[in-house]
Amino acid sequence: MSESLTFHFDVDGEDFTSAGQASVQVKKNLRRLGIPPEIIRQVSIAMYEGEINMVIHAGGGVADVIVSENKIEIILEDHGPGIPDVELAMQEGYSTAPDSVRSLGFGAGMGLPNMKRYMDEMTIDSVVGKGTTIKMAVYLS
Amino acid sequence: MTVKELSEKCKFKTAALPDGDREIDGCYIGDLLSWVMGRAEADCVWITIMSNLNIIAVASLADVSCIILSEGVTVDDSILKLAEEKDVNILLSDKKTYETAVAVYENI
Repeated sequence: MSESLTFHFDVDGEDFTSAGQASVQVKKNLRRLGIPPEIIRQVSIAMYEGEINMVIHAGGGVADVIVSENKIEIILEDHGPGIPDVELAMQEGYSTAPDSVRSLGFGAGMGLPNMKRYMDEMTIDSVVGKGTTIKMAVYLS
Repeated sequence: MTVKELSEKCKFKTAALPDGDREIDGCYIGDLLSWVMGRAEADCVWITIMSNLNIIAVASLADVSCIILSEGVTVDDSILKLAEEKDVNILLSDKKTYETAVAVYENI
């Protein structure tokens, strides 16, 4: 694979139960490309956490997955409320999710930490009132 | 040990078994979905009482071998249909979560 491949997804902010569609599609696409199973698992979980975050906090957003020869990048962009304190948001157990989401088993304050756990690189660019862009990458070699 | 074999040995009820020949490696227990995605390992049995639609995506993405719903928890047909589509095995156990885990431990 000499050129990069990009998969683009619109994440629907309305329907919580359908969250995960983009991640499942990414999983399928990566499997077709012959990416190692453990890498697929890491990328698709990080992507799912990102999707869930966009649905819970930002009313949806867009996701791009870029597969190149030596890495897979995920770029998540939303126009939600932004994250006032990124360092605090990165702490395991810290969550601002509403109770309705907690009753579904989410909102444990593990989303961003899981994304960091499974990816080799992660940067969060967030402006309160404007939105959040998260860039993540995992290396293939 | 496959999911089908475990189900028979432990006398779990089969709710969805689209991939019964899948091999099992280990077991993880948890109801907080992000916690499960962060800690469960691929191919493990996942025991939970959480029965909403999102467990199918979590099981698929975390690549667990099956979900066991313990404590007599049941699932809607819409979830079982999705499980069949996404190749996610779901077993049902009337036992408490601890006893379900012990049964898994003794048989895998």
